[in-house]
Amino acid sequence: MNFAFSDEQEQLREAVRRFMDTKSPESEVRRLMDTTEGYDPAVWAQMAQELGLQSLHLPESCGGQGFTFVELGIVLEEMGRVLLCAPYFSTVCLAANAIMNAGTSAQQQALLPGIASGETIAALAFTEPNGRWDASGITMEAKGSGDAWTLSGTKMFVIDGHTAATIVVAARQAGTSGEDGIGFFVVDGDAPGLTRAPLATMDQTRKQARLDFDGVQATPLGEPGQGWAALSKTLDQAAVCLANEMVGGAQRVLDMSVEYAKVRVQFGRPIGSFQAIKHKCADMLLEVESSKSAAYYAAWAAAEDNEELPVVASLAKAYCSDAYFHAAAENIQIHGGIGFTWEHPAHLYFKRAKSSEILLGDATYHRELLAQRIGI
Amino acid sequence: MDFRDSPAEAAFRDEIRTWLDEHLTGEFAAVGGQGGPADETSWDIRVEWEKLLGKDRWLGLAWPTEYGGRGASFAEQVIFNEEYATRSAPARISFFGEGLFAPTLLAYGTEDQKRRFLPKIQSVEELWCQGYSEPDAGSDLANVQTRGVLDGGQWVIDGQKVWTTLAHRAQWCFCVTRTDPATSGHAGLSYLLIPMDQPGVEVRPLRQMTGTAEFNEVFFSDARTDASNVLGDVNEGWRVAMATLGFERGTAFLSQQLGFQSELAAVIEAARASRTLDDPLVRQELADSYIGVQIMRFNGMRMLTSRVTRGVLGPESSIGKLYWSTWHRTLGERAMRVLGPAAMLVEDHPPDEYVLTELERIFMFSRSETIYAGSSEIQRNIIGERVLGLPREPR
Repeated sequence: MNFAFSDEQEQLREAVRRFMDTKSPESEVRRLMDTTEGYDPAVWAQMAQELGLQSLHLPESCGGQGFTFVELGIVLEEMGRVLLCAPYFSTVCLAANAIMNAGTSAQQQALLPGIASGETIAALAFTEPNGRWDASGITMEAKGSGDAWTLSGTKMFVIDGHTAATIVVAARQAGTSGEDGIGFFVVDGDAPGLTRAPLATMDQTRKQARLDFDGVQATPLGEPGQGWAALSKTLDQAAVCLANEMVGGAQRVLDMSVEYAKVRVQFGRPIGSFQAIKHKCADMLLEVESSKSAAYYAAWAAAEDNEELPVVASLAKAYCSDAYFHAAAENIQIHGGIGFTWEHPAHLYFKRAKSSEILLGDATYHRELLAQRIGI
Repeated sequence: MDFRDSPAEAAFRDEIRTWLDEHLTGEFAAVGGQGGPADETSWDIRVEWEKLLGKDRWLGLAWPTEYGGRGASFAEQVIFNEEYATRSAPARISFFGEGLFAPTLLAYGTEDQKRRFLPKIQSVEELWCQGYSEPDAGSDLANVQTRGVLDGGQWVIDGQKVWTTLAHRAQWCFCVTRTDPATSGHAGLSYLLIPMDQPGVEVRPLRQMTGTAEFNEVFFSDARTDASNVLGDVNEGWRVAMATLGFERGTAFLSQQLGFQSELAAVIEAARASRTLDDPLVRQELADSYIGVQIMRFNGMRMLTSRVTRGVLGPESSIGKLYWSTWHRTLGERAMRVLGPAAMLVEDHPPDEYVLTELERIFMFSRSETIYAGSSEIQRNIIGERVLGLPREPR
């Protein structure tokens, strides 16, 4: 038993932190969140070329470096800490994992090297206007046979769907329901019949799009109709990734609160000397540290790809969602009036926390899923 | 990062399993995991069981081998406690001796003191109690008024302790005592070791809201102990007392936390029996309790790893006591919800007796857990000031 990062992993964290502090200061976050694309192509290229972040956990046979979800979790935590604006979660944590889980070896060889090198931005389109995160939410029908399929319908809340060059779509065969008949398809971002509309997001630091498909030609990824297991696993892995990203943000807002409570003076004392504030910070620490324990353990289970993954993925997503939002909300309260202003960064984390809490299913959804997964 | 057993750890786990297979039978198995380190459920059987553990050196497993221990690593202690909890073996009664006093003794005791006290803890001939709180020294522990005066070769002790868990069962008390009368606060305190079986010590039980009386008042009136029975330097006892609290907040409750898993399973079973398991709110609450018990386990493993690799406890250790006591209290409340109307009744006894069911005992007893060993409010002060570095309250 060893619950610690290795020296190499700590070095990776330091390198990523240095990069993020330099490339994603608050001023850059604010600049990019006001754009439609929501990322800086130069920084995206540097992430791939200087640090190899897009290729980190992909297999070496596909241009990757063969690291694991533990290293991926470290990178996401550092990204979450600075609210990095980049299509990383969509490309690496959703689309690439879906290709890994569903694609044939040949398809992986064809699709992943572009992602690994940073040339390809990819997205996973599975949610629809109904807003459900489970299999029943997928109503888009795929028609066709062999390699010739067409997709018609609407996908919503597709992270970076408007900027992705490659879109992995989850759709179902006609006449199926629930977990049966679901399959993955690959569509080019500029395919005829595909209309992409960027959505106005509450959290401006992570972009989403609505994708309308009108008879769009699509290539099946893996076996059509047999995709639920791969999608379920992809969503579990993504939940683990998101939990680790949330940990980074939660730690940052705790740090902000503590720094402020030490210097803000009222009634002739730093407000952090009052138990009302001190105890808030203590509770935030408890939840942040517990979030780390849950997210790190879940990353290990994902790295091992063991049977614990479904349970700990829901566990980590549920706990970290609540903890991040609570910390981000308390951060505003501790800062008082200044925390409510546009110029202060507290609202950026508050919005990221709420949006991340809802993304992939909120805490209530994952607690119910967990209950089912542990047999109650 | 790797949560699998190493080959050596796997062998250690096997050894425990085999031992439990052989010994956890009959009346020992029948006791189950009920009770805790601070109550007297099935006391006599648990004493016999504890002696078996001591005889085969499971009691004291973390102690160095030269003092009769196994020199077990933290990982091995976790493994022992995991297997122990999985099998619902009887709740431990050596909590104060093995869990709190022994690690303090190993850190601060003289060679003679270690040789004198450790074997008797292991043989379960001597149980210990913790003489900390007083009527005017609760959260403000440094306000201890119990006096110790050196009279020739002996300390003479006068004063009163309170909330002294299992004092009526203990042979010895480790007692925070003011030995420099000119002082107040943290200075001038000593960590005295006082035999309980003497005319100068009177133990009066305090009946609790649970109906039982595990807590006591202890009165010292010219009580005596040998001059050598002081742990650490005279008038420097605060540091020693805080070391004990560190063990109490860090590792001592590990086995209890692991036992929480079987309590949660009992609550889930109760929900199944009361047909409340379909209630979405109950499902949310039970899933939340499951998440909490797992996070306690993860936090515990992180805490122990940081202690092994960095030699110090990380910030996650300070949250342990606050986390588990709050979690347990909530579990008790949830247990009452799933019991439904049955929660309005206790065990069927005459009206002058008051006997709780197993789940009711969790509900009631857990109210003490957010108070003892440093209340949750004190824990938050400690976390705020010592971990986060926030300024102290002006005093």
